[in-house]
Amino acid sequence: MTTKVIKRIDEVTIRFAGDSGDGMQLTGTRFTETTAIQGNDLRTLPNYPAEIRAPAGTLAGVSAFQLNFSSHAIYTPGDSPDVLVAMNPAALKVHLKDLKRGGVILANANAYTDRNLKLANWDSNPLEDESLDDYDLYSVEMTKLVTNALEDSGLSSKDIERTKNMFALGLLFWMYNRSMDSTITWLEEKFKNAPEIAKANIAALKTGYNYGDTTEIFTTTYRVDRAEAEPGRYKSITGNDAVAYGFVAAANQAGKELFLGSYPITPASEILHALSALRNFGVKTFQAEDEIAGISSAIGASFAGDLAITTTSGPGLALKSEAIGLAVMTELPLVIVDVQRGGPSTGLPTKTEQSDLMQAIYGRNGEAPVPVIAAQSPTDCFDAAFEAAQVAFKYMTPVLLLSDGYLGLGSEPWRIPDPKDLPKIDVKHPDKSILEEDGVYKPYLRDEKTLARPWAIPGTPGLEHRIGGLEKEDVTGNVNYEPLNHEKMIHLRDEKIKRVANEYAPTQIYGNKKGGKLLVIGWGSTFGSIHVAVERAREKGYDVSQVHLRWVYPLPNDLESVLDKFEQILIPEVNLGQLIKIFRMNFQREMTGLDKIQGQPFKASEIEAKIYEMLG
Amino acid sequence: MSEVKTNEIKLTRKDFVSSSEVRWCPGCGDYAILANMQRVLPEMETKKEKYVFVSGIGCSSRFPYYMDTYGFHGIHGRAPAIASGVKLANPELEVWVITGDGDGFSIGGNHMIHVLRRNIDLNIILFNNRIYGLTKGQYSPTSQLGMKTKSSPWGSVDRPFNPASVAFGAEATFIARGIDVDAKGMQDVLTRAQKHKGTSFVEVYQNCIIFNDGEFEDVSNKKTRPDYALYVEHGKPMVFGKEKDKGIIIDGSHPRVVELGDKYTPENILHHDETNPIITNMLLQMSLDAHFPTPFGVLRAVDAPTYDDLLHEQIKQAKKQRGKSTLETLFYSGDTWEV
Ligand code: SF4
Repeated sequence: MTTKVIKRIDEVTIRFAGDSGDGMQLTGTRFTETTAIQGNDLRTLPNYPAEIRAPAGTLAGVSAFQLNFSSHAIYTPGDSPDVLVAMNPAALKVHLKDLKRGGVILANANAYTDRNLKLANWDSNPLEDESLDDYDLYSVEMTKLVTNALEDSGLSSKDIERTKNMFALGLLFWMYNRSMDSTITWLEEKFKNAPEIAKANIAALKTGYNYGDTTEIFTTTYRVDRAEAEPGRYKSITGNDAVAYGFVAAANQAGKELFLGSYPITPASEILHALSALRNFGVKTFQAEDEIAGISSAIGASFAGDLAITTTSGPGLALKSEAIGLAVMTELPLVIVDVQRGGPSTGLPTKTEQSDLMQAIYGRNGEAPVPVIAAQSPTDCFDAAFEAAQVAFKYMTPVLLLSDGYLGLGSEPWRIPDPKDLPKIDVKHPDKSILEEDGVYKPYLRDEKTLARPWAIPGTPGLEHRIGGLEKEDVTGNVNYEPLNHEKMIHLRDEKIKRVANEYAPTQIYGNKKGGKLLVIGWGSTFGSIHVAVERAREKGYDVSQVHLRWVYPLPNDLESVLDKFEQILIPEVNLGQLIKIFRMNFQREMTGLDKIQGQPFKASEIEAKIYEMLG
Repeated sequence: MSEVKTNEIKLTRKDFVSSSEVRWCPGCGDYAILANMQRVLPEMETKKEKYVFVSGIGCSSRFPYYMDTYGFHGIHGRAPAIASGVKLANPELEVWVITGDGDGFSIGGNHMIHVLRRNIDLNIILFNNRIYGLTKGQYSPTSQLGMKTKSSPWGSVDRPFNPASVAFGAEATFIARGIDVDAKGMQDVLTRAQKHKGTSFVEVYQNCIIFNDGEFEDVSNKKTRPDYALYVEHGKPMVFGKEKDKGIIIDGSHPRVVELGDKYTPENILHHDETNPIITNMLLQMSLDAHFPTPFGVLRAVDAPTYDDLLHEQIKQAKKQRGKSTLETLFYSGDTWEV
């Protein structure tokens, strides 16, 4: 064994890249779990093809997982990786351009065959020529090393070959001084019905770890200390799982049963998976025959008194729009979750985008206002789901929750809230005592403050009533086609949703609370990149501040006065400038947009550059 | 069928009549279906507040407004999905779905086959008038080939299907048929439908006096009905005809109409078995074949697990297996660490 140096570093970004069949998502997730347990702050960004197995070795088939971890608080998965794990030539070809100059490349030399090199358009083997001279290259014969180690395992060569990702993981665990324990436990659990596979994977993991320790090519290991964080118990969580937890918590706090009507769609399906597993919490999941049945069943469940939700992505939201209108008309609580992806049409199923904002706010026939809330980080998905349910109940309205692929599939450490600290959600169902002298239940008699209607549920004696998609008479809810009644109802529904803005906390300004030269304002998943960009610019002395919208519809009442405090406004969005268009309808002032629409989140550096450009 | 509760006070037809003015065209077959429903429900042992009527869009779908029960007038074609949500949220409710041939079998065809397949404990009435009424007279998926309508002035080239056969193909556990003009027959099938555990599918031939009058003349007309309609009853011989002089036998592998007399008697002709899929399918095939009478009554009734029972049983088992499940147990599941 050689003497190794341990170097302490502050922040690292690793990208695992390989063929779709190489298990890169799994490798990345295991590294993430371990890193989380060791107390680093982290953010992840999975990036995989829409095809389950694109042709092996091709550029289209490359799957990647990026992880940024640090000893201080971080908000993004990192701009450019410090380390690139390139399990095959295609992965190297696709991702090399992002790697930092001088960054580490860890390659599986055995995969750099003539055939694979040709598939990935390399003229000669980059591991052997001078093309990687600017980088710190470690070319390791991973396949050969695991094959040797597992010679006597009795497994087929194919099964053995598949453990090479565990070798890579073990090597990285060694390099970053991480423990293998949680992965070993995890493998034993996952393959409990195939102990020989568990054993092989564990052996490969250890082989990788020991390889780092014993060979002389690696001289340095790195330590990333625990991040300062608020004391408490933590777990690593993805946005989609956090959404699921948020609704379970809201149902619990409201004393309601949770009903999910949903149809599988990328990248929202994990919410359906997570909730389907929670039968022991009384969660009812209904995998419907299509998107429309998903939301329709949820509307039925809401009518019958459940906390009802439906989950989807952009194409599914389009299919649900008529039914959302029905929920607007019947004024029933419902949350629709849209985990946005690249569009239009089928678009980029596995990539992120913020291009459903207009669809969420306006995409329905008739005047059909719906409050729209946007989550800003994976863990914030929990709070956003909880808050969406609170508003849905209180205002008797469908609420749209916008997440996106980046938040839904990305993960970060979550400080587990104490359930005792979660607010109770007050939900009332009237009984006979609500009836006036005429003995007739009035389903559209409104609460003075919120304009919400009462929620009488089937099974309640004496309150039998009919509701539906036809226009209602004010108060009685009877079908009514009179011109002035229609106008009145349109105004009432509009006013009710506008009053949701009364619930918001005052808009928070990060930076110069009194105002200043530049305000960067965003919504949804751009929070992290904007925050890092603004923080860096402020450290350099620039007069720049940040506001991030939680509710995008209705807009906060104090927003205009906040904007007025700043000379310039910058709005970065992962679309063609949808929020800025809405702002232009509402606020008569100059504003600058920054659009990126590549299926990828903003890098902080991209926003930072724009800040410098604007501030000269 | 939901949990049986005895009414403290005997309900009457009036208890199910809402204050909404009924707005179907005078003479529409829908009136009869409504009246029969309002007559049947007081005889059931379900409490009034447990009923929910869910509909889609179309003439028939106004039905819930006229019932003094909980009701939900949905959007076009989606009633089965909405009703599924109602039933899964509260399995104690007795849920009826009201739909038409356009609503249930054109725009909502997908929901229809899947609700039947799942066997959720709902009762579906299909008002089949073989025409679009509310949109003022276009052909529907059950309109006859060649039929001239506003959207098929040259005659329809759209081959129809038989909704009850679709229900059979979708693994429906209960299939019945009635006709608007026959109160007794309809009340029988509505009663059986509610009592059946699982999705009950009832097709009612309904006359649209405005756009498709006389579509079911053979079986509507009291004079011709006995010769054109076959009322089937479980375990009973398939006899029909004014003089009860005709019957159905199986000849080789085909059904055949025979005269009853010395050779064929009620004892030795075919007997209905609502649990036998071969007989159900044969009756369904007879429906659209001019050589045979049109079958009415319960064509199929079999027991099968219902989705709602399975779901709630799974929840019960999961709770038992996992013990007390609180937010703490959820939040702290998986790998956690302390800071
Ligand atoms: S149009 Fe036909 S189906 Fe509709 S109400 Fe009139 S008669 Fe009845």
